[in-house]
Amino acid sequence: MFDIDVEIGMREGRRVPKVAFAPDVFTWPADEPRLIGGRCPTCAAVTFPQVASCPRCGSPEMAQHLLPRRGSLWTWTTQDFLPKEPYASGETPETFRPYGVGLVQLGDEVRVEGRLTESDPARLRIGMEVELVVVPFRVDDDGTEIVTYAFQPVRPVQDQRDR
Amino acid sequence: MDGVAIIGVGLHPFGRFGPKSAIQMGAEAVRAACADAGVGWKDVQFAFGGSAEVDNPDAVVGLLGLTGIQFMDVYNGCATAASALQLAAETIRSGKYDIGVAVGMDKHLPGAFTADPVHYGAPPWYGEMGYFLTTKFFGMKINRYMHDHGISHETLARVAAKAYRNGARNPNAFRRKPLAEDEILSARMLNYPLTQYMFCAPDEGAAAVVLCRADVAHRYTSTPIYLRAATLRTRRYGAHEVHSTWAAVDQDAAPTVYASRAAYEEADLGPEDVDVVQLQDTDAGAEIIHMAENGFCADGAQEALLADGATEIDGPLPINTDGGLIANGEPIGASGLRQVHELVHQLRGTAGDRQVPGTPRVGYAQLYGAPGTAGVSILTT
Repeated sequence: MFDIDVEIGMREGRRVPKVAFAPDVFTWPADEPRLIGGRCPTCAAVTFPQVASCPRCGSPEMAQHLLPRRGSLWTWTTQDFLPKEPYASGETPETFRPYGVGLVQLGDEVRVEGRLTESDPARLRIGMEVELVVVPFRVDDDGTEIVTYAFQPVRPVQDQRDR
Repeated sequence: MDGVAIIGVGLHPFGRFGPKSAIQMGAEAVRAACADAGVGWKDVQFAFGGSAEVDNPDAVVGLLGLTGIQFMDVYNGCATAASALQLAAETIRSGKYDIGVAVGMDKHLPGAFTADPVHYGAPPWYGEMGYFLTTKFFGMKINRYMHDHGISHETLARVAAKAYRNGARNPNAFRRKPLAEDEILSARMLNYPLTQYMFCAPDEGAAAVVLCRADVAHRYTSTPIYLRAATLRTRRYGAHEVHSTWAAVDQDAAPTVYASRAAYEEADLGPEDVDVVQLQDTDAGAEIIHMAENGFCADGAQEALLADGATEIDGPLPINTDGGLIANGEPIGASGLRQVHELVHQLRGTAGDRQVPGTPRVGYAQLYGAPGTAGVSILTT
């Protein structure tokens, strides 16, 4: 069901493939992409991504489980310096654009880490509602656009620092 | 834990030392610890060595003397030194040997730590996508903590300013220049709400201790310091930890809380008995959170305690009297033994410009690191 991970997009008037950064992380291509987690058939623990065995009860079987698309921002930070390798955005210290990172609670199932489409602290709030989106990450030399998942605020917040 | 005494401590300064090898620094720390204990290397019956960068810390024997002793190497993330200390103590307590050394040494490149995330149990894409940063985790953890418990940005700056002030009094520290709170607050943001001067830096250095059976300690020193507890705990289901793509909604306490409780129980002491404290201040926020996780205050009480100067060297709850990780940097293998080195001097009353007033009798050291491992040691006179 999720083995097709290429969508054709348009960039500068040309058709370019948009490829998920890794298989089995989010449903793609999809109008409403969802993260692919795991759920333990024995104790119902939910993980992201799907892992080989249950971190709560040790059961060696985990079932694939699609996670809710919306959640609330449980906590967040900003990444204001260029990470060292293995970071693979293709950016240099000169072209680096800081990004936000959040821990997002999806329903009452699990909290997942994800990049945020917003990196301005004044526009981020603990508890704000966010939604899963797929965003450009990097363009490879052959023109392939690598995409990744991120969380986007559903509604903007007042521009005022929470301190 | 009874029956184990620390009779010598030695330290190679922390900082950056050009081409000097970590093993060379380790050898100097061991020599200093042996000299402090009044023993020769030939008297040492076994050793544990800790390092992140050095594959074989036991190679230090090539510089100290090839005496053929049992020497085992350990690596346990930021809790490496606590692991070496605990294993050395348990080796003595088991009766196998009477006198041994725990040594830690490291030599890191400048800048945030990195590695292959797969070795931490994270997916291979975790680093490629920009998540594999301990600093990002610490930013997220303290941001939530500030939100829940009313901790201000100014309190973060107070913690860092105290570290630099104490570091200025410590000739072995990496960063010895006092920094004002407004300089710390207005410095470059690295991971909100943590600025450049609120973080420790990976650096270089070594530290060593000589331990022996408590009942023979007075042969070597008139001021033995007893290791009353040494515990280590990993994360439980529900803890939000470094290098994890997810966390359970059903929250559990951090591993430090469990290591701390076990240590108090082992020592038959409580936080109210502790006179001088060393906490893992990877960043200013971590020191604040660890104050509560180790039982020294309620969540949120740090705001008033820092404003009142309670954690200064002359305060009622002195924390990181040698400048902690923020002023000393973190050579991973050595960091926890630096804490012990400082506590031993404080408890002996030989900490010089940094001496806690009165007669401190109980010292406490905590380490925390990826992927969710905490170590606690309690020392007494």
